[in-house]
Amino acid sequence: MSDKLMHTPLNDLHQNNNAKMTAFAGYDMPLQYKNGIMSEHLHTRRHAGLFDVSHMGQIVLRGNDFNQVAIALETLIPMEVKTLEVDRQRYGFFTNSTGGILDDFMFSNRGDHIYMVVNASRKEDDIKHLRKHLEPLGVSVKNLENRALIALQGPASETVLSEHYSKISKMHFMDVSTIPIAGAECWISRSGYTGEDGFEISIPNKAAEIVTDTLLKHKSVELVGLGARDSLRLEAGLCLYGQDIDTTTSPVAAGLKWAMHKSRLSEEQQEESFPGANTILSEIKNGSEYKLVGFVPLGKAPIRADTQLFVNSTSSAPIGRITSGLFSPTQKHPIAVGYIKSEFSCLGNRVDAKVRGKFLEIEVTPLPFVKKNFKK
Amino acid sequence: MKFTEEHEWLRVEGELVVVGITKHASSQLGDIVFIELPDEGTTVSKDDEIVVIESVKAASDILSPLDGEIVEINEMLVDEPGKVNDDPSGDAWFFKIKPDNMDQVEEYMDEAAYTKLIG
Repeated sequence: MSDKLMHTPLNDLHQNNNAKMTAFAGYDMPLQYKNGIMSEHLHTRRHAGLFDVSHMGQIVLRGNDFNQVAIALETLIPMEVKTLEVDRQRYGFFTNSTGGILDDFMFSNRGDHIYMVVNASRKEDDIKHLRKHLEPLGVSVKNLENRALIALQGPASETVLSEHYSKISKMHFMDVSTIPIAGAECWISRSGYTGEDGFEISIPNKAAEIVTDTLLKHKSVELVGLGARDSLRLEAGLCLYGQDIDTTTSPVAAGLKWAMHKSRLSEEQQEESFPGANTILSEIKNGSEYKLVGFVPLGKAPIRADTQLFVNSTSSAPIGRITSGLFSPTQKHPIAVGYIKSEFSCLGNRVDAKVRGKFLEIEVTPLPFVKKNFKK
Repeated sequence: MKFTEEHEWLRVEGELVVVGITKHASSQLGDIVFIELPDEGTTVSKDDEIVVIESVKAASDILSPLDGEIVEINEMLVDEPGKVNDDPSGDAWFFKIKPDNMDQVEEYMDEAAYTKLIG
Protein backbone atom coordinates (compact mmCIF):
# COMPACT_ATOMS: atom_id res chain seq x y z
CA MET A 1 0.00 0.00 0.00
CA SER A 2 1.24 3.47 -0.78
CA ASP A 3 1.91 5.54 2.33
CA LYS A 4 0.86 8.75 0.61
CA LEU A 5 -2.16 10.10 2.41
CA MET A 6 -5.34 10.91 0.52
CA HIS A 7 -6.75 14.43 0.68
CA THR A 8 -10.38 15.45 1.09
CA PRO A 9 -11.65 18.37 -1.04
CA LEU A 10 -11.26 20.54 2.09
CA ASN A 11 -7.53 19.89 2.63
CA ASP A 12 -6.52 23.43 1.55
CA LEU A 13 -9.15 24.91 3.85
CA HIS A 14 -7.68 22.96 6.79
CA GLN A 15 -4.16 24.14 5.99
CA ASN A 16 -5.37 27.74 5.65
CA ASN A 17 -6.99 27.45 9.09
CA ASN A 18 -3.77 26.25 10.77
CA ALA A 19 -5.03 22.75 11.40
CA LYS A 20 -2.75 20.27 13.10
CA MET A 21 -3.09 17.37 10.68
CA THR A 22 -3.02 13.64 11.43
CA ALA A 23 -3.21 10.43 9.42
CA PHE A 24 -6.57 8.77 9.81
CA ALA A 25 -7.79 5.79 7.75
CA GLY A 26 -5.39 6.70 4.94
CA TYR A 27 -6.42 10.38 4.87
CA ASP A 28 -4.64 13.55 5.92
CA MET A 29 -7.22 14.88 8.40
CA PRO A 30 -7.42 17.78 10.88
CA LEU A 31 -6.88 16.58 14.46
CA GLN A 32 -7.52 20.09 15.78
CA TYR A 33 -7.31 23.75 14.81
CA LYS A 34 -5.64 26.56 16.70
CA ASN A 35 -8.10 26.68 19.63
CA GLY A 36 -7.52 23.03 20.53
CA ILE A 37 -9.67 20.03 21.38
CA MET A 38 -11.09 21.35 24.65
CA SER A 39 -12.28 24.63 23.17
CA GLU A 40 -13.59 23.05 19.95
CA HIS A 41 -15.49 20.47 22.00
CA LEU A 42 -17.16 23.08 24.24
CA HIS A 43 -17.92 25.32 21.27
CA THR A 44 -19.83 22.44 19.64
CA ARG A 45 -21.87 21.81 22.81
CA ARG A 46 -22.69 25.54 23.19
CA HIS A 47 -22.89 26.85 19.61
CA ALA A 48 -22.04 24.95 16.40
CA GLY A 49 -19.00 23.00 15.23
CA LEU A 50 -18.21 22.22 11.61
CA PHE A 51 -16.38 18.94 10.87
CA ASP A 52 -14.89 17.64 7.62
CA VAL A 53 -15.89 13.98 7.46
CA SER A 54 -15.29 13.57 3.72
CA HIS A 55 -13.07 10.58 4.44
CA MET A 56 -16.20 8.59 5.22
CA GLY A 57 -17.71 6.44 2.50
CA GLN A 58 -20.84 7.59 0.68
CA ILE A 59 -22.55 4.79 -1.19
CA VAL A 60 -25.66 4.61 -3.37
CA LEU A 61 -27.58 1.34 -3.81
CA ARG A 62 -29.92 1.19 -6.82
CA GLY A 63 -32.26 -1.44 -8.28
CA ASN A 64 -35.60 -1.37 -10.06
CA ASP A 65 -37.16 0.41 -7.10
CA PHE A 66 -36.62 1.10 -3.39
CA ASN A 67 -38.35 -2.10 -2.31
CA GLN A 68 -36.04 -4.34 -4.31
CA VAL A 69 -32.98 -2.59 -2.85
CA ALA A 70 -34.45 -2.77 0.66
CA ILE A 71 -35.08 -6.53 0.43
CA ALA A 72 -31.52 -7.03 -0.81
CA LEU A 73 -29.93 -4.93 1.96
CA GLU A 74 -31.97 -6.78 4.60
CA THR A 75 -30.05 -9.97 3.75
CA LEU A 76 -26.91 -8.36 5.25
CA ILE A 77 -28.23 -6.49 8.30
CA PRO A 78 -30.54 -7.14 11.28
CA MET A 79 -32.65 -4.02 10.60
CA GLU A 80 -35.90 -3.55 8.73
CA VAL A 81 -35.23 -1.59 5.56
CA LYS A 82 -38.54 -2.04 3.70
CA THR A 83 -40.42 -0.06 6.38
CA LEU A 84 -38.10 2.93 6.15
CA GLU A 85 -40.14 5.85 4.82
CA VAL A 86 -39.01 8.22 2.08
CA ASP A 87 -36.62 10.89 3.38
CA ARG A 88 -35.93 9.01 6.58
CA GLN A 89 -32.64 7.60 7.85
CA ARG A 90 -31.76 4.69 10.14
CA TYR A 91 -28.67 3.41 11.96
CA GLY A 92 -27.49 -0.03 10.89
CA PHE A 93 -24.59 -2.45 10.84
CA PHE A 94 -23.36 -5.37 8.77
CA THR A 95 -23.02 -8.59 10.78
CA ASN A 96 -20.68 -11.49 10.01
CA SER A 97 -21.38 -15.24 10.25
CA THR A 98 -20.21 -15.35 13.89
CA GLY A 99 -22.52 -12.51 14.92
CA GLY A 100 -19.76 -9.85 15.01
CA ILE A 101 -19.96 -6.42 13.37
CA LEU A 102 -18.29 -5.69 10.00
CA ASP A 103 -19.13 -1.99 10.07
CA ASP A 104 -21.80 0.38 11.33
CA PHE A 105 -23.41 3.07 9.19
CA MET A 106 -26.38 5.29 8.43
CA PHE A 107 -28.75 4.46 5.56
CA SER A 108 -31.62 6.46 4.14
CA ASN A 109 -34.53 6.03 1.76
CA ARG A 110 -34.07 8.63 -0.97
CA GLY A 111 -37.17 7.73 -2.98
CA ASP A 112 -35.87 5.32 -5.60
CA HIS A 113 -32.54 4.41 -3.99
CA ILE A 114 -30.70 3.92 -0.71
CA TYR A 115 -27.89 6.25 0.35
CA MET A 116 -25.41 5.04 2.96
CA VAL A 117 -22.62 6.68 4.96
CA VAL A 118 -20.02 4.17 6.19
CA ASN A 119 -16.77 4.41 8.18
CA ALA A 120 -13.64 5.56 6.35
CA SER A 121 -11.55 2.66 7.63
CA ARG A 122 -14.12 0.16 6.38
CA LYS A 123 -15.41 1.63 3.12
CA GLU A 124 -13.33 -0.45 0.72
CA ASP A 125 -14.35 -3.69 2.44
CA ASP A 126 -17.97 -2.54 2.72
CA ILE A 127 -18.16 -1.88 -1.01
CA LYS A 128 -16.70 -5.33 -1.79
CA HIS A 129 -19.14 -6.91 0.67
CA LEU A 130 -22.11 -5.07 -0.83
CA ARG A 131 -21.08 -5.86 -4.44
CA LYS A 132 -20.54 -9.53 -3.67
CA HIS A 133 -23.95 -9.98 -2.07
CA LEU A 134 -26.20 -7.38 -3.73
CA GLU A 135 -25.11 -7.41 -7.37
CA PRO A 136 -26.41 -11.00 -7.82
CA LEU A 137 -29.75 -9.68 -6.52
CA GLY A 138 -29.84 -7.01 -9.24
CA VAL A 139 -28.70 -4.11 -7.07
CA SER A 140 -25.86 -1.81 -8.15
CA VAL A 141 -23.38 -0.39 -5.64
CA LYS A 142 -21.87 3.00 -6.40
CA ASN A 143 -19.08 4.58 -4.38
CA LEU A 144 -19.69 8.35 -4.52
CA GLU A 145 -16.14 9.66 -4.84
CA ASN A 146 -17.47 12.91 -6.26
CA ARG A 147 -19.05 14.12 -3.02
CA ALA A 148 -17.61 15.62 0.16
CA LEU A 149 -19.26 15.29 3.57
CA ILE A 150 -19.31 17.76 6.43
CA ALA A 151 -21.12 17.75 9.75
CA LEU A 152 -22.60 20.82 11.40
CA GLN A 153 -23.27 19.97 15.04
CA GLY A 154 -24.51 21.86 18.06
CA PRO A 155 -27.55 23.82 19.30
CA ALA A 156 -27.05 26.68 16.80
CA SER A 157 -27.00 24.35 13.76
CA GLU A 158 -30.67 24.86 12.91
CA THR A 159 -30.35 28.66 12.99
CA VAL A 160 -27.28 28.49 10.76
CA LEU A 161 -28.98 26.34 8.13
CA SER A 162 -32.26 28.29 8.31
CA GLU A 163 -30.50 31.03 6.34
CA HIS A 164 -30.30 28.61 3.43
CA TYR A 165 -33.50 26.60 3.86
CA SER A 166 -36.50 28.22 5.51
CA LYS A 167 -38.23 24.90 6.32
CA ILE A 168 -35.27 23.49 8.25
CA SER A 169 -37.20 23.61 11.54
CA LYS A 170 -39.76 21.16 10.07
CA MET A 171 -37.03 18.50 9.85
CA HIS A 172 -36.84 16.07 12.78
CA PHE A 173 -34.04 13.85 14.01
CA MET A 174 -33.12 11.35 11.25
CA ASP A 175 -35.03 13.17 8.51
CA VAL A 176 -33.19 13.69 5.21
CA SER A 177 -33.67 16.31 2.52
CA THR A 178 -32.03 17.99 -0.48
CA ILE A 179 -31.38 21.73 -0.13
CA PRO A 180 -29.30 24.32 -1.96
CA ILE A 181 -26.41 25.96 -0.08
CA ALA A 182 -24.34 28.52 -1.97
CA GLY A 183 -25.94 27.22 -5.17
CA ALA A 184 -24.85 23.61 -4.63
CA GLU A 185 -27.17 20.61 -4.31
CA CYS A 186 -26.63 19.41 -0.74
CA TRP A 187 -28.08 16.22 0.72
CA ILE A 188 -28.67 16.78 4.40
CA SER A 189 -29.72 14.55 7.27
CA ARG A 190 -30.62 15.75 10.74
CA SER A 191 -28.18 13.53 12.60
CA GLY A 192 -24.58 13.34 13.68
CA TYR A 193 -22.01 11.88 16.01
CA THR A 194 -21.89 14.29 18.93
CA GLY A 195 -25.17 13.79 20.80
CA GLU A 196 -26.17 17.34 19.81
CA ASP A 197 -28.79 18.47 17.36
CA GLY A 198 -27.13 18.89 13.99
CA PHE A 199 -26.82 17.93 10.35
CA GLU A 200 -24.61 15.92 8.06
CA ILE A 201 -24.26 17.59 4.68
CA SER A 202 -23.16 15.84 1.48
CA ILE A 203 -21.80 18.28 -1.10
CA PRO A 204 -20.49 17.88 -4.69
CA ASN A 205 -16.64 17.96 -4.41
CA LYS A 206 -16.28 21.10 -6.50
CA ALA A 207 -18.62 23.04 -4.19
CA ALA A 208 -17.25 21.66 -0.91
CA GLU A 209 -15.05 24.64 -0.16
CA ILE A 210 -17.59 27.32 -1.01
CA VAL A 211 -20.36 25.63 1.00
CA THR A 212 -18.04 25.19 3.98
CA ASP A 213 -16.82 28.80 3.74
CA THR A 214 -20.41 30.00 3.53
CA LEU A 215 -21.38 28.14 6.72
CA LEU A 216 -18.19 29.29 8.49
CA LYS A 217 -19.18 32.92 7.91
CA HIS A 218 -21.92 32.53 10.52
CA LYS A 219 -20.67 33.82 13.88
CA SER A 220 -21.78 30.66 15.72
CA VAL A 221 -19.76 28.26 13.56
CA GLU A 222 -16.16 27.15 14.17
CA LEU A 223 -14.08 24.40 12.63
CA VAL A 224 -13.69 21.30 14.79
CA GLY A 225 -11.20 18.47 14.25
CA LEU A 226 -11.24 14.73 14.77
CA GLY A 227 -9.91 15.10 18.33
CA ALA A 228 -13.06 16.79 19.59
CA ARG A 229 -15.19 14.56 17.36
CA ASP A 230 -13.90 11.63 19.46
CA SER A 231 -14.48 13.31 22.84
CA LEU A 232 -17.97 14.48 21.77
CA ARG A 233 -19.06 11.03 20.58
CA LEU A 234 -17.71 9.32 23.69
CA GLU A 235 -19.58 11.72 26.00
CA ALA A 236 -22.71 10.90 23.96
CA GLY A 237 -22.05 7.17 24.50
CA LEU A 238 -21.75 6.48 20.76
CA CYS A 239 -19.61 3.53 19.62
CA LEU A 240 -16.54 3.96 17.43
CA TYR A 241 -15.97 1.17 14.93
CA GLY A 242 -12.57 -0.48 15.30
CA GLN A 243 -12.41 0.54 18.94
CA ASP A 244 -15.69 -0.24 20.77
CA ILE A 245 -17.15 -2.54 18.14
CA ASP A 246 -15.53 -4.83 15.57
CA THR A 247 -15.78 -8.27 14.00
CA THR A 248 -15.33 -9.94 17.41
CA THR A 249 -17.95 -7.96 19.37
CA SER A 250 -21.63 -8.83 19.16
CA PRO A 251 -24.30 -6.14 18.89
CA VAL A 252 -25.90 -7.59 22.03
CA ALA A 253 -22.73 -7.14 24.11
CA ALA A 254 -22.23 -3.68 22.56
CA GLY A 255 -25.67 -2.51 23.75
CA LEU A 256 -26.96 -2.15 20.19
CA LYS A 257 -30.01 -4.38 20.60
CA TRP A 258 -32.20 -1.27 20.18
CA ALA A 259 -31.02 -0.89 16.59
CA MET A 260 -32.19 -4.37 15.55
CA HIS A 261 -35.82 -4.93 14.65
CA LYS A 262 -37.94 -7.62 16.31
CA SER A 263 -39.34 -8.73 12.95
CA ARG A 264 -35.80 -9.58 11.83
CA LEU A 265 -35.08 -11.63 14.96
CA SER A 266 -37.64 -14.44 14.76
CA GLU A 267 -36.96 -17.88 16.30
CA GLU A 268 -34.03 -20.03 15.24
CA GLN A 269 -33.83 -20.10 11.47
CA GLN A 270 -32.95 -22.91 9.04
CA GLU A 271 -31.51 -20.35 6.72
CA GLU A 272 -30.36 -17.24 8.55
CA SER A 273 -32.16 -14.06 7.46
CA PHE A 274 -28.91 -12.11 7.97
CA PRO A 275 -25.36 -13.30 8.77
CA GLY A 276 -24.91 -14.57 12.33
CA ALA A 277 -28.66 -14.37 13.09
CA ASN A 278 -28.74 -17.54 15.19
CA THR A 279 -25.73 -16.50 17.30
CA ILE A 280 -27.28 -13.09 17.92
CA LEU A 281 -30.69 -14.63 18.74
CA SER A 282 -29.11 -16.95 21.26
CA GLU A 283 -27.28 -14.03 22.91
CA ILE A 284 -30.52 -12.08 23.15
CA LYS A 285 -32.17 -15.09 24.81
CA ASN A 286 -29.32 -16.13 27.11
CA GLY A 287 -27.45 -12.87 27.59
CA SER A 288 -23.95 -12.07 26.42
CA GLU A 289 -20.79 -12.97 28.35
CA TYR A 290 -19.59 -9.35 28.26
CA LYS A 291 -21.35 -5.99 28.22
CA LEU A 292 -20.20 -2.60 27.00
CA VAL A 293 -20.69 -0.11 29.84
CA GLY A 294 -19.65 3.38 30.85
CA PHE A 295 -16.96 3.96 33.48
CA VAL A 296 -15.89 6.93 35.53
CA PRO A 297 -12.48 6.66 37.22
CA LEU A 298 -12.57 7.73 40.89
CA GLY A 299 -9.18 9.42 40.54
CA LYS A 300 -7.99 12.05 38.11
CA ALA A 301 -5.98 9.89 35.71
CA PRO A 302 -7.64 9.21 32.35
CA ILE A 303 -8.02 5.48 31.67
CA ARG A 304 -7.21 4.79 28.01
CA ALA A 305 -8.18 2.12 25.47
CA ASP A 306 -6.68 -1.37 26.00
CA THR A 307 -6.43 -0.96 29.79
CA GLN A 308 -7.33 -4.23 31.49
CA LEU A 309 -9.89 -4.47 34.29
CA PHE A 310 -9.68 -6.63 37.41
CA VAL A 311 -12.03 -7.46 40.30
CA ASN A 312 -9.38 -6.01 42.65
CA SER A 313 -5.65 -5.50 42.93
CA THR A 314 -4.99 -9.08 44.07
CA SER A 315 -6.77 -10.80 41.19
CA SER A 316 -4.78 -12.08 38.24
CA ALA A 317 -7.40 -12.82 35.58
CA PRO A 318 -8.85 -9.76 33.82
CA ILE A 319 -12.64 -9.37 33.77
CA GLY A 320 -12.74 -6.79 31.01
CA ARG A 321 -10.99 -4.08 29.05
CA ILE A 322 -11.42 -0.40 28.26
CA THR A 323 -12.10 0.29 24.56
CA SER A 324 -12.27 4.13 24.63
CA GLY A 325 -11.19 6.54 27.35
CA LEU A 326 -10.40 10.22 27.55
CA PHE A 327 -10.88 13.37 29.59
CA SER A 328 -14.43 14.70 29.27
CA PRO A 329 -14.26 18.42 28.46
CA THR A 330 -17.91 18.85 29.51
CA GLN A 331 -17.72 17.00 32.82
CA LYS A 332 -14.09 17.93 33.57
CA HIS A 333 -13.13 14.43 34.62
CA PRO A 334 -12.05 11.26 32.83
CA ILE A 335 -14.66 8.99 31.21
CA ALA A 336 -14.38 5.62 29.49
CA VAL A 337 -16.34 2.77 27.97
CA GLY A 338 -15.35 -0.86 27.83
CA TYR A 339 -16.41 -4.48 27.97
CA ILE A 340 -16.81 -6.14 31.35
CA LYS A 341 -18.11 -9.61 32.25
CA SER A 342 -21.87 -9.26 32.62
CA GLU A 343 -21.88 -10.30 36.30
CA PHE A 344 -19.77 -7.19 37.11
CA SER A 345 -21.71 -4.78 34.91
CA CYS A 346 -24.28 -3.36 37.39
CA LEU A 347 -24.35 0.39 37.77
CA GLY A 348 -22.27 1.55 40.71
CA ASN A 349 -20.06 -1.54 40.73
CA ARG A 350 -16.38 -0.67 41.31
CA VAL A 351 -13.49 -2.52 39.75
CA ASP A 352 -9.76 -1.90 39.27
CA ALA A 353 -8.10 -0.72 36.07
CA LYS A 354 -4.41 -1.52 35.73
CA VAL A 355 -2.65 1.65 34.59
CA ARG A 356 1.16 1.72 34.34
CA GLY A 357 1.37 -1.09 36.90
CA LYS A 358 -0.97 0.61 39.39
CA PHE A 359 -4.55 -0.39 40.15
CA LEU A 360 -6.96 2.55 39.87
CA GLU A 361 -10.58 2.28 40.99
CA ILE A 362 -13.29 2.91 38.40
CA GLU A 363 -17.07 2.77 38.69
CA VAL A 364 -19.67 1.45 36.24
CA THR A 365 -21.84 4.42 35.24
CA PRO A 366 -24.87 4.98 32.99
CA LEU A 367 -24.44 5.93 29.32
CA PRO A 368 -24.51 8.50 27.81
CA PHE A 369 -22.27 10.71 29.97
CA VAL A 370 -23.94 13.81 28.55
CA LYS A 371 -27.68 14.03 27.82
CA LYS A 372 -28.51 13.80 24.12
CA ASN A 373 -30.00 16.92 22.62
CA PHE A 374 -31.74 15.66 19.47
CA LYS A 375 -34.69 17.37 17.81
CA LYS A 376 -37.31 14.63 18.11
CA MET B 1 19.03 27.20 30.68
CA LYS B 2 19.65 23.90 28.85
CA PHE B 3 17.28 21.93 26.63
CA THR B 4 16.84 18.24 25.77
CA GLU B 5 15.70 16.72 22.50
CA GLU B 6 12.67 15.51 24.47
CA HIS B 7 11.67 19.20 24.84
CA GLU B 8 12.51 19.54 28.51
CA TRP B 9 14.26 22.58 29.94
CA LEU B 10 16.81 22.38 32.77
CA ARG B 11 17.68 25.27 35.06
CA VAL B 12 20.48 24.97 37.62
CA GLU B 13 19.60 26.27 41.11
CA GLY B 14 22.59 25.74 43.41
CA GLU B 15 23.12 22.01 43.74
CA LEU B 16 19.67 21.23 42.26
CA VAL B 17 18.31 21.24 38.69
CA VAL B 18 14.74 22.37 38.02
CA VAL B 19 13.06 20.55 35.10
CA GLY B 20 10.00 21.43 33.04
CA ILE B 21 8.81 21.22 29.44
CA THR B 22 9.09 23.86 26.76
CA LYS B 23 6.32 26.02 25.33
CA HIS B 24 6.79 24.15 22.05
CA ALA B 25 6.14 20.81 23.80
CA SER B 26 3.12 22.06 25.75
CA SER B 27 1.47 23.48 22.65
CA GLN B 28 2.14 20.27 20.72
CA LEU B 29 0.51 18.27 23.52
CA GLY B 30 -2.62 20.43 23.53
CA ASP B 31 -4.83 20.89 26.59
CA ILE B 32 -3.12 19.11 29.47
CA VAL B 33 -5.63 17.52 31.84
CA PHE B 34 -3.58 15.30 34.16
CA ILE B 35 0.02 15.01 35.32
CA GLU B 36 1.49 12.13 37.29
CA LEU B 37 4.70 13.11 39.08
CA PRO B 38 7.27 10.83 40.74
CA ASP B 39 7.47 10.56 44.54
CA GLU B 40 9.90 12.84 46.32
CA GLY B 41 12.97 10.87 47.32
CA THR B 42 12.86 8.61 44.28
CA THR B 43 16.25 7.73 42.81
CA VAL B 44 16.12 7.95 39.02
CA SER B 45 18.40 7.17 36.10
CA LYS B 46 18.67 9.16 32.89
CA ASP B 47 15.88 8.18 30.44
CA ASP B 48 13.62 6.66 33.13
CA GLU B 49 9.97 7.49 32.41
CA ILE B 50 9.19 9.57 35.46
CA VAL B 51 6.33 11.88 34.53
CA VAL B 52 3.11 11.10 32.65
CA ILE B 53 1.35 13.97 30.92
CA GLU B 54 -2.18 13.39 29.69
CA SER B 55 -4.00 15.59 27.21
CA VAL B 56 -7.68 15.10 26.28
CA LYS B 57 -6.79 12.38 23.81
CA ALA B 58 -3.38 10.92 24.62
CA ALA B 59 -0.75 10.19 27.24
CA SER B 60 2.94 11.08 26.87
CA ASP B 61 5.96 10.24 29.03
CA ILE B 62 8.65 12.59 30.21
CA LEU B 63 12.08 11.02 30.67
CA SER B 64 14.49 11.92 33.41
CA PRO B 65 17.26 13.98 31.80
CA LEU B 66 19.75 13.13 34.58
CA ASP B 67 20.83 10.49 37.08
CA GLY B 68 19.98 11.60 40.59
CA GLU B 69 17.33 11.97 43.28
CA ILE B 70 13.99 13.73 42.98
CA VAL B 71 13.99 16.14 45.90
CA GLU B 72 10.87 18.20 45.19
CA ILE B 73 7.85 17.98 42.91
CA ASN B 74 5.47 20.75 41.90
CA GLU B 75 2.29 19.76 43.77
CA MET B 76 0.38 22.60 42.13
CA LEU B 77 0.30 20.65 38.84
CA VAL B 78 -1.74 17.85 40.42
CA ASP B 79 -4.68 20.24 40.87
CA GLU B 80 -3.93 22.57 37.99
CA PRO B 81 -2.35 20.60 35.15
CA GLY B 82 -3.51 23.29 32.70
CA LYS B 83 -0.79 25.60 34.12
CA VAL B 84 1.66 23.69 31.91
CA ASN B 85 -0.13 25.17 28.89
CA ASP B 86 -0.16 28.68 30.39
CA ASP B 87 3.32 29.03 31.86
CA PRO B 88 5.51 26.02 31.04
CA SER B 89 8.87 27.70 31.62
CA GLY B 90 7.87 29.53 34.80
CA ASP B 91 5.47 28.39 37.53
CA ALA B 92 4.69 25.06 35.90
CA TRP B 93 8.04 23.33 36.50
CA PHE B 94 7.74 19.57 37.10
CA PHE B 95 10.41 18.55 39.60
CA LYS B 96 13.75 19.44 41.17
CA ILE B 97 16.43 16.82 40.91
CA LYS B 98 19.76 16.52 42.78
CA PRO B 99 22.05 15.16 40.07
CA ASP B 100 24.75 12.62 40.84
CA ASN B 101 27.00 14.52 38.47
CA MET B 102 26.28 18.14 37.62
CA ASP B 103 28.44 17.80 34.47
CA GLN B 104 25.60 15.79 32.87
CA VAL B 105 23.67 19.06 32.51
CA GLU B 106 26.37 20.46 30.23
CA GLU B 107 25.72 17.72 27.64
CA TYR B 108 22.42 19.33 26.67
CA MET B 109 21.64 22.02 24.08
CA ASP B 110 21.73 25.73 24.75
CA GLU B 111 18.78 27.90 23.80
CA ALA B 112 20.12 28.73 20.33
CA ALA B 113 20.58 25.05 19.45
CA TYR B 114 17.13 24.21 20.76
CA THR B 115 15.48 27.03 18.84
CA LYS B 116 17.15 25.66 15.72
CA LEU B 117 15.88 22.14 16.50
CA ILE B 118 12.23 23.18 16.67
CA GLY B 119 12.74 25.72 13.85
